[in-house]
Amino acid sequence: MPSLGADMDAGTIVEWKVHPGDVVHRGDILAVIDTDKADIDAESFEEGVIGELLVGEGEKVPVGTVLATFLGADVAQATAAPIPEVVEVPAPEQRVFSPLVRHLAEREHVDLHTVHGSGPGGAIRRADVEAMTRRRVSPRARRLAAAHGVDLAGVPATGPITGADVEAVAGRAPTRTEDRQQTMQQRTAALMERSNREIPHYYLALDCELSSVIAWLDERNTGVAPRERVVPGAVILAAISRAAMEVRGFNGWWQDGAYVESPTVQLGCVVALRGGGLLVPVIAAAETLTVAETMAAMYGSVERARSGRLRSSELVQPSITVSSLGDQGADAVYGVIYPPQVALVGVGRVGERAWARDGLIGARPVVRLTLAADHRASDGHQGSRFLRAIERWLRDPATMDTKGQS
Amino acid sequence: MNENELRAVVLDVLGQIAPEADLGDLDPSGQLQEELDLDSINFLDFVSGLHDRTGVDIPERAYPEVATLTGCVQYLHAHAA
Repeated sequence: MPSLGADMDAGTIVEWKVHPGDVVHRGDILAVIDTDKADIDAESFEEGVIGELLVGEGEKVPVGTVLATFLGADVAQATAAPIPEVVEVPAPEQRVFSPLVRHLAEREHVDLHTVHGSGPGGAIRRADVEAMTRRRVSPRARRLAAAHGVDLAGVPATGPITGADVEAVAGRAPTRTEDRQQTMQQRTAALMERSNREIPHYYLALDCELSSVIAWLDERNTGVAPRERVVPGAVILAAISRAAMEVRGFNGWWQDGAYVESPTVQLGCVVALRGGGLLVPVIAAAETLTVAETMAAMYGSVERARSGRLRSSELVQPSITVSSLGDQGADAVYGVIYPPQVALVGVGRVGERAWARDGLIGARPVVRLTLAADHRASDGHQGSRFLRAIERWLRDPATMDTKGQS
Repeated sequence: MNENELRAVVLDVLGQIAPEADLGDLDPSGQLQEELDLDSINFLDFVSGLHDRTGVDIPERAYPEVATLTGCVQYLHAHAA
């Protein structure tokens, strides 16, 4: 079970996407994992042939548990000398549920780990699950359930369901999505609290005039299908990624009392979910991407974050985070750094402002970039250089449409 | 497609992007991005959704014309083959 985020300690296999004997390549989706925050497409770090799936669908196991084994390195070798790579299974008490039982339990909201199995070896039979669903319900509980729109099958109670059990469910978020939103909100809250307690923040702002970006995009996006069009936000991300490699002190982590610079830009992009909650998918090696590639990566991760299906590679620890307010946002955002990172770049709404140039005032597209940075890792002078470097890239966007430095 | 059919298509595409919104209450002359809290990615999805469903290409220059429900239906009507 991979760690899909620093605060994850267990995950549930929702679905296997591979079978024993399948050939997989690096980056192929192996399984869908529920982390309590979202369903994640877990990608393979290995090339090879799937040997055995060790954890069943619907099972929740701690991070570090071996989920499956690989046979040898490639198909030819595997058939010649099938050497199982890892066979060590730290076995948390594993119970295997039949698909029938699992589906029934899912439909009726029964936690299988609370069901007493009457089958051989304690196996859970269909009748055991059904017995759980035919529980006694007090008249008051029934009334309350009807009033609050609570599904009685989803009320956890060991004995007969009482009014208090229903009230407990009605009082908190009952659905999986709402549970996740709550979990997400609590985790973000804990992280932000820690950030403001531990990190000595300082803040800088710089207004960047975007005429050249907008003109360049106008030309580039003309006659192009909507899906191929690039939005200004993607150009800004590309500029931030490149600048983060040029000026030291913002792209990395504060670890054990010292700053560690990241060798590459793992760009965290804050995505606001409709209905609340934030996710921060990561664009890997963002400084190496062209503007078009940045756009594709950004579009993909925003879509996947919003549909609740991120990939495991998008959930690594970012080395720097960007928070963009978007078209409907405020003029500027002064962020709170996600520890152990040391910087957060805020991108305000791109809008027309009065802008003086060569002694004349004109209406021009302008964005206010902000930097919230950790004063232990950098200072205002470095911070200014970082913002100026972003501005410089934005003055000449065409230079970012070729491959970045790697 | 007539204007009513086009309106239904526009609302359907919007419904996929903002499933929680009550589109029955939408002000036909209000700014869609503002009313439905659409960001630039949402708007891109909107424009490509309309293109997929109606075949009408909406270039970036025409974005202001399709910014409201009424404007959008009129634009699609005028440009439909």
